[in-house]
Amino acid sequence: MEGGVAYENDLNLKETELRLGLPGTGSTIEKGVSGARNNKRPLPETREEGGANGKPDAQHDDQENAPAPKAQIVGWPPIRSYRKNSLQPKKAEAEAAAGMYVKVSMDGAPYLRKIDLTVYKGYPELLRALENMFKLTIGEYSEREGYKGSEYAPTYEDKDGDWMLVGDVPWEMFLSSCKKLRIIKGSEAIGLGCGA
Amino acid sequence: MKRSLTQLDIQENGIDDKSGGWLSCFPENFTSLEVLNFANLNTDVNFDALEKLVSRCKSLKVLKVNKSVSLENLQRLLVCAPRLTELGTGSFMPELTGRQYAELETAFNQCKNLNTLSGLWEATALYLPVLYPICSNLTFLNLSYTFLQSLELASLLRQCPRLKRLWVLDTVGDKGLEAVGSNCPLLEELRVFPADPFDEEIIHGVTEAGLVAVSYGCRRLHYVLYFCRQMTNAAVATIVQNCPDFTHFRLCIMNPGQPDYLTNEPMDEAFGAVVRTCTKLQRLSVSGLLTDLTFKYIGQYAKNLETLSVAFAGSSDRGMQCVLEGCTKLRKLEIRDCPFGNVALLSGLEKYESMRSLWMSACNVTMNGCRLLAREMPRLNVEVMKEDGSDDTQADKVYVYRSVAGPRRDAPPCVLTLSGL
Repeated sequence: MEGGVAYENDLNLKETELRLGLPGTGSTIEKGVSGARNNKRPLPETREEGGANGKPDAQHDDQENAPAPKAQIVGWPPIRSYRKNSLQPKKAEAEAAAGMYVKVSMDGAPYLRKIDLTVYKGYPELLRALENMFKLTIGEYSEREGYKGSEYAPTYEDKDGDWMLVGDVPWEMFLSSCKKLRIIKGSEAIGLGCGA
Repeated sequence: MKRSLTQLDIQENGIDDKSGGWLSCFPENFTSLEVLNFANLNTDVNFDALEKLVSRCKSLKVLKVNKSVSLENLQRLLVCAPRLTELGTGSFMPELTGRQYAELETAFNQCKNLNTLSGLWEATALYLPVLYPICSNLTFLNLSYTFLQSLELASLLRQCPRLKRLWVLDTVGDKGLEAVGSNCPLLEELRVFPADPFDEEIIHGVTEAGLVAVSYGCRRLHYVLYFCRQMTNAAVATIVQNCPDFTHFRLCIMNPGQPDYLTNEPMDEAFGAVVRTCTKLQRLSVSGLLTDLTFKYIGQYAKNLETLSVAFAGSSDRGMQCVLEGCTKLRKLEIRDCPFGNVALLSGLEKYESMRSLWMSACNVTMNGCRLLAREMPRLNVEVMKEDGSDDTQADKVYVYRSVAGPRRDAPPCVLTLSGL
C-alpha cells in the first residue's frame, strides 16, 4: 500500500525508486507518465490508428522544461479508429472552409488576382484555373524539363522566400508552403525549363 | 454470391472502398437481405443500385448507410422500406427545399417500427424535428456523430421517453446530461464520447456533474462509457449508490494519471466504491491517478469481473498480483503504461490458462520474463511485439492467450512468438 507517498504535485518516483522504465533506460516511459502528472508535456507525435494499446513516444531531455503543447499519446484516449476518422474531418473542414487565398501575379498584367488554393484537388486543376483566369496556356509539366514548350510557367514564393517552380513537390507540401503565385513568361520561362 | 444471404454488416471495418460498385454485384433476383450496414464505409456508393436493392428486399429490417447518402436520397430509401426497425441515416446536412423537407417528414412518419436510429452526420437542430414522429418508439439513439448542444439534445430527448440506450458526444455538456436524467427514466446504457479528444485546451465537454445527474434520473443504468476531463471520488460513489446494477463501468478520465480534482487524492476510492457496490460488475475500465489500492479493492470485491482495462495506473507489481489472485472470473486483462513487471506477469502463471487473454504494453516486462512464462506454460501462446529502437531486453507489447492449436503461423514479422525452448 502506498501510505507513505505524497501526492502533492508528483509521485516523486525517483525518491521511492519506483520506476516506470527499466533501470538504466532513457526513461522514455517514465517521462511519458510522470510528465503527464506534472503537467509537463511529452513531444507531439502523430496519432496511431487502432485500439487502446500503444506506447507513448520517446521523449528528449530538453523537452522537460519547455512549455510544449500537450502531446498525443499513441492510442490514448482509447477511441476506435473509425470513430476518430469520423470526427476529425469536422476540424479540417472548418479550417478548409476558411480558405487559403494567395495572390497571383502575371507579368504584364495591370493588376493581381487572388485564388483560394483549397478549392483545388491538385496541380492539374490549379493550372487549368490559372489558364482560364489569365487566358493563356501553361503546358505540360515534366520533372526533367519543367513547363517546356510553353510561353508561360507558374512559379510560387515559398516560406523561405525562394521562387519555386509549381509542380515539383507533392500537392500537400505545396499547399503548406505556397505564399504567392507568379506566372512568368517569355525567356524567363524557357530558362527554367533548361534546368536552371 | 450466397443466394440466401441475409446479413451484410461491415460496420466495424475501416474499409477504403476504391470503386463503390459493390452494391451492383447483388443479382437482380437477390431479395433475402434483412440487414445491410455499411455505415463506416468511406466512399460513395451507387445510389441507384442501393435503391433497387432496398426496394426488392422486402424483409429488410436493418439499414445503415454511410455519409455519402444524402437526405434527399434517404427519403427515397425510407419510402421503399417503411418496415425498417433499425435505421442509420447518411448525411443529415440541412440542404433540403421546403417540399423535400415535408416529404422527408412524411417518409419518417410511415416508419412505425423504428426502434434504433443512428448516423445523423452533420445534423443540426434545424432538421431534428423531422425525426420527432419516430422518437416515441426509439429504444436506441446513437448521436455520437452529431455535434449537438445541450438545449438541442434536450428538445430531442423530450420526444424519447422509451430510450434505453443513448450514445452522445460530449458537446452536449453536463446540461445535456441533466436532460437525459430528466427525460429518459428507462435508460440502461449511456455512452458519452469526446468530440475533441486530443485538444487539451478545450474547457468544455462533460464533468462528473453530468454523470451524477444521469444517475439520479436513470436508476436502471447498467452500462456506462464516459470520457471526461475531471472526476471526483465522491461523485463516483454517488453514481454507483444511485445505480448499483452496473455490469459495465468504463470511465475514461482523459488526462492520464489525473487525481480527484477537488481533493487531489488518487481515484482509488472511486473504483473501490464501484466494485464494492456493483456486485454484478462484468467489465471495468479504470483511469485517473491510481495506486495499488485500487487493485487491492478490485481483487477483493470484483468477483464477477470478466474484463479489466488499465492504463497509466498502479504503483507496483502487487497491484496486478491482487487482480490475478482475487478476480476469479477474469477473462480479459489489458494493461498499458503501468509499473508491472516480471514478478506480476509470472504471478499469474496458472491463471492465464483460464483466461481468454492478457495484453501488456509499455510496462516493465522483459523478454526473459516472457520466455520464462512461455517455458512454464506450453499451452499458452506468448507473443511479443517490439517497438523500433527499444532496448533488446524490453518486451514492449506482450500478448498471452491459451491455444490448443499451438503458435500461430500467420503472424506478421513484427510478432515474435516465444516458445519454451
